[in-house]
Amino acid sequence: MILEMLQDPLVRVAFAVLLPIIAIFLGLFYKGLDRKLSARLTSRIGPPIRQPFRDVRKLFLKENIVPENSIPWMFNAMPLVAMATSLTLLLYIPFGPFPAPLEGRGDLIVLLYLLAMQPLAMALGGFASGSPYASVGAQREMVLMMSYEVPLATIIVGFAYLYASVPAAASAVWAPFSLGMIAQTPVWAVVSGPVGIIGLLILLGVLLVVTPAELVKIPFDIAEAETEIAEGLLAEYSGRNLAMFYLSDAVRSFAMCAIVVVLFFPHTLSSLVPLTAYPWNTEPVLFTLETLWFLLKVFIVYFFAVTLVRTSFARIKVDQAAKFFWLHMTLAALFGLLLIYLDVGGWF
Amino acid sequence: MTTTYTYSLPIGPIHPALKEPIRVVAEVEGERVVRADVKRGFAHRGIEFMGMKRNAIQTLYLSERICGICSISHPYAFVKAVENAIGMEAPPRAQYIRTIIAELERIHSHILWLGVIAHEMGFDPLLYWTWKGREMVMDLLEYLTGNRVNYAMYMIGGVRRDLNEKKIRAIKENMNYYRQFNQEMKDVFMSDPTYKARTRRVSLLTRKDALELCAVGPTARAAGLRMDIRQDQPYDAYADMDVRAVVPQDITGEVMGDAYDVTLVRLYEIDQSIEIIERCLEDLPPGPILAEPNLIKLLMTIKRSEGEGVGRHEAPRGEVMHYVRFDGTRDGPVAWKVKAPSYNNINIWGRVLVGAEIADIPIAVGYIDPCMCCNDRVAEVRRGGRELPYEEVRRKCREKTMRIKREVMG
Repeated sequence: MILEMLQDPLVRVAFAVLLPIIAIFLGLFYKGLDRKLSARLTSRIGPPIRQPFRDVRKLFLKENIVPENSIPWMFNAMPLVAMATSLTLLLYIPFGPFPAPLEGRGDLIVLLYLLAMQPLAMALGGFASGSPYASVGAQREMVLMMSYEVPLATIIVGFAYLYASVPAAASAVWAPFSLGMIAQTPVWAVVSGPVGIIGLLILLGVLLVVTPAELVKIPFDIAEAETEIAEGLLAEYSGRNLAMFYLSDAVRSFAMCAIVVVLFFPHTLSSLVPLTAYPWNTEPVLFTLETLWFLLKVFIVYFFAVTLVRTSFARIKVDQAAKFFWLHMTLAALFGLLLIYLDVGGWF
Repeated sequence: MTTTYTYSLPIGPIHPALKEPIRVVAEVEGERVVRADVKRGFAHRGIEFMGMKRNAIQTLYLSERICGICSISHPYAFVKAVENAIGMEAPPRAQYIRTIIAELERIHSHILWLGVIAHEMGFDPLLYWTWKGREMVMDLLEYLTGNRVNYAMYMIGGVRRDLNEKKIRAIKENMNYYRQFNQEMKDVFMSDPTYKARTRRVSLLTRKDALELCAVGPTARAAGLRMDIRQDQPYDAYADMDVRAVVPQDITGEVMGDAYDVTLVRLYEIDQSIEIIERCLEDLPPGPILAEPNLIKLLMTIKRSEGEGVGRHEAPRGEVMHYVRFDGTRDGPVAWKVKAPSYNNINIWGRVLVGAEIADIPIAVGYIDPCMCCNDRVAEVRRGGRELPYEEVRRKCREKTMRIKREVMG
């Protein structure tokens, strides 16, 4: 019933408008959880979970300073671009039981570009600030981006290759690059043997390592290194512009973890637990349960890929990060791809 | 042919990597530093001048306020200098208590540094963990002396508070805790791959550079120099302890002189301090704790004495030296010169920063554990190439104070 309602263009538009608002709320909520848990892990009390909301409210109230030697239009535009891309990114991700609002109008490749857009906007904003700290931060961001994009692209290629290999008869419209398709057919069921599973596990590992780099979190928060270049990219940003970057970071963190969930753990609750056996199995209840299940999965990924990692490591240097991604992660991703190739080709 | 452009990256006077004001201007080419310039003098407070206006006992407690972290290093060097000048010797029990307090301070200062260096490389959880462990020794110091910092424990010719059985037991329990905690710290710092990646071969200081630039303390020892005032010129209870300088060649067998070696030196010095404290407690001699309990009489002795004295102490950061002169006219020093370890160690920044990456700057800056207010002993005011005389600077200061006062008062 709900799925049919979503076919209606008007409802779909409303959903597309509502989702970003929910996502901003969720992003900030997850950020609060992240801060609280990280504090508890380091035996601190930590800020209350609503602290990110207060931060944003305060930032919006603060004066928006544009440095004298910046390029004002670019300096002011980039936070908006970052925010817009983060929200657009979200419109491509199936939100639990709900299909993505822009389902069918873009695929994994668009996702790759949207993921690259936000760091790019931040780097441009950094270059436009006209501060040496921001310039260094922007340079670092570019280097880091060029490093982690290759393993990330390799993972996407692996997925596309895997889904393209499934006989077209399995579904009426079979789009190997579509996220919706991936969400409906868990990837673990698509591979045929243990070799493919190992390949997928390697790709999952690589994606989990890429996640903190993608989100500019320790150990890859090189572009914002506080003790080295005083928040780097964001050194000159304040007030509304900084709030925009803050929000876009929160939304993006949520979106990135949601992507990991959709790619690797799209299993619905009803596929694991026989929900239909219970008497209260009305559609709204099921949808609520599925949504909560999805949020829980995202939270687990968030905890392991962001919170735990950022509380366990030191920030590494940009050359070390570049070497790590180009050498170790790219090789690992390619090896995973090779295993999937062998699996698809039926060699094992 | 390619042209490379350099630009200057100012670190300080206010910067997240710095806990106190100092300015490092790094000429940067991409991520590499090609030239570094250090400007100090932001934390000058004229403390030596103030000391020369007070009596010796007041100056002793003023000297505690030179440094915010080593609250005992400066008083230690000061009491040694005054005792040297007036020919006084602290009773044995006081000497042992002084050594115990100084070593407790070394433990807390080294743990503080380990946390700070972890923070400099973005390893905040390690900062929280080490500083949580540091609280125990801070509590102990408060229990023994009455204060967490600025202990007010020393006195010319002795110490002000005795150790009773209860306090000795508390120290022993604390040392057992730190023996275990230091083992955990060693495991963490020496086995963590990111820590090693960020400190190995960072801010390399060769033995030759360390000698040339007069590095002191753990910085010099990390470069392989076996120098430690406690070993070279033992004073107080250290004479009975047979202290040996902790150098990396004894720990790992090789000397790199980098930030990793400094970490090793500091970690093993905590062990050394624990040993010294335990031996001091075992051998703690009975007797009085003050050579001259009557402070009026002590001040009169100082007033009647003429001469100069030098006191040296191995502070957690290196050698601290005080020089005092009495001329027989007043009960305080007529000349007081303080030389803190950071004064020497900051000199090495210019050398180790060249060729470093931007990411290494906080570590190179932090690895000597700089103390700006310790080393700022002189301020020179220049305007338009002309050095302003003291009277003019003073007049301008007063004018500014009056102006601010008017603005605030309305």
